[in-house]
Amino acid sequence: MPYGSTTMPDQPPRASTVEFEHVTKVYATTARGTPGAVNDLSLHVPAGKICVLVGPSGCGKTTSLKMVNRLIEPTSGRILLDGVDAATRNVTELRRGIGYVIQQVGLFPHQTIGENVTTVPRLLGWPKARRRERAEELLQLVGLEPATYRDRYPSQLSGGERQRVGVARALAADPPVMLMDEPFGAVDPIVRERLQNEFLRLQEELAKTILFVTHDIDEAIKMGDLVAVMQGGGKLAQFGAPAEILANPASEFVARFVGADRGLKRLSLSRVADLELQSVVTARPGDDSAAARERTLADPFRYLLLVDAENRPIGWVDQDDFPTSGVLTEELASPMSPLLNRRATLKDALSQLLDADVQAGIVVDRAGGVLGLVTVEMVAERMRETTGESRFIDELLDPDDGLQRAGATA
Amino acid sequence: MIRWDWIVDHLDDIAFRTGQHLWLAAIAVVVGFVVSFGLALVIRRLPRLYSPITGVSGVLYTIPSIALFTALVPITGLSILTAEVPLVLYTLLIYVRNIVAGFQSVPAEVLEAADGMGFTPGRRLLEIEIPLAIPLMVSAIRIASVSTIGLVMILALLGDNLAALGFFIRDGISTFFPTKVYVGAVLSVALAFAADAMFVAIERAITPWTRARAARAVA
Repeated sequence: MPYGSTTMPDQPPRASTVEFEHVTKVYATTARGTPGAVNDLSLHVPAGKICVLVGPSGCGKTTSLKMVNRLIEPTSGRILLDGVDAATRNVTELRRGIGYVIQQVGLFPHQTIGENVTTVPRLLGWPKARRRERAEELLQLVGLEPATYRDRYPSQLSGGERQRVGVARALAADPPVMLMDEPFGAVDPIVRERLQNEFLRLQEELAKTILFVTHDIDEAIKMGDLVAVMQGGGKLAQFGAPAEILANPASEFVARFVGADRGLKRLSLSRVADLELQSVVTARPGDDSAAARERTLADPFRYLLLVDAENRPIGWVDQDDFPTSGVLTEELASPMSPLLNRRATLKDALSQLLDADVQAGIVVDRAGGVLGLVTVEMVAERMRETTGESRFIDELLDPDDGLQRAGATA
Repeated sequence: MIRWDWIVDHLDDIAFRTGQHLWLAAIAVVVGFVVSFGLALVIRRLPRLYSPITGVSGVLYTIPSIALFTALVPITGLSILTAEVPLVLYTLLIYVRNIVAGFQSVPAEVLEAADGMGFTPGRRLLEIEIPLAIPLMVSAIRIASVSTIGLVMILALLGDNLAALGFFIRDGISTFFPTKVYVGAVLSVALAFAADAMFVAIERAITPWTRARAARAVA
């Protein structure tokens, strides 16, 4: 279920800047050191950006997050929201103006989904009719059919659905800042990836300022406009755009933390739509076979893609399989290579191609119409351009096999 | 053998004693709950008081009821206090432990989410913690009411004034009149069952979310 298109109020997106100024949190030292401590953290997060705090457990990333809504008070230093010191604000009002999503979600088990998502509006004293309307908007926003979900209880939802409700609840009063503590950490990898993608699309419209905590560097690279890598003792190891951190790790620690496969990780930063797609010869069932064959033979690629009236792919036709006369039929088509969304990251696209054991995937738009092809070689070329790290990907390519297998699934 | 004619002749008397029984038990169940709820709130703020409070109510619980009732007679005479003080004290152990367990059963992430969204402590207690503690609180009320309805029988040993349904059993035994014993026994058991069933129904009505689990969707 994709996130629906936005039905947020027709106002310009509200977002605040978030600044950490020499923020330190000291805990009494235990035998295992001081997990959760934060040491002189300074960060500036511009309005409307996602800043991911990433690091090993105990590095103070969650502590840093909770100091923003003052679930934890800093020992020293200041946190400014739009230039105003959070410590000077009424703590209840401050929290009602900050969206908060946690890994275990923490939905209220005794309230329906509709009541859950309108928690902050209720605290703010919105009238009932407006809350009901808002619940509808929010559920639609996160791709949950209001009529189906509004009156259910959290225990009747799957893990992924609960996470969506958690996000909807945090967005309820349109807060300028969101804090997300491993928000997709408790769901399985497939659901997580879908929630990540949907959330990024939502963020394109909402443009909130988001602080996002994760221990997963891949998630940090994918989600963050900015990434703050933290290390033990609550020290900031590096702060910058994901591409910069991957290209120039500031220290041995950062280099080890982002891992040896930095080149592969950089694929998460580009999307299929960023590539110049390879064109493909298409025809519809009912088109003249001889003419279609001629066009296919003229193309460097040996296959023709059969599409329906809406330009949605049906399957491949091998150049040797064309009837010498008559028209093309659907029966001629052999199974398709994977369909790739144009918004998919190159990393996800590569992984889909490798999983299906094919060299080319069909890129489609949101309506499912064919845009072109992406090949493993194109992805590899992109990696060579950006990193020079291509040994790994070269091993994946079998030059003798090349595009011959493009149409066939394993 | 049951003497139905005696029952028919004494319906007024039976109704009075049944009402008295119910009344004496209800006061203890309600007062005990209010006192225990207060103690549980204190424990919620000061968790280190849990052991002393449950320790004292545990010791009280071990005092035989006849001893406690009769020990109070010199102090409070044969007033209703003599009946209610022990009855209330006996409910404390049941209530305090279960109400505290009810508060503790609220998941930590639910409390964290509530705090993070800007609940004041009072609203968090009223809107989140108390509703979620209801199932354990109601089960405590069920146990307390059944056990109190049983204990009220003992009051017959303190004289006729507050004897409730125990009156019939005491009288029936001393005068070798089984019908009275049956009336007292059957009605007290019926009261206990009725009270229990009523609280089960109330709990079902006010905690719809606990049944939603059974209808859990696969989605």
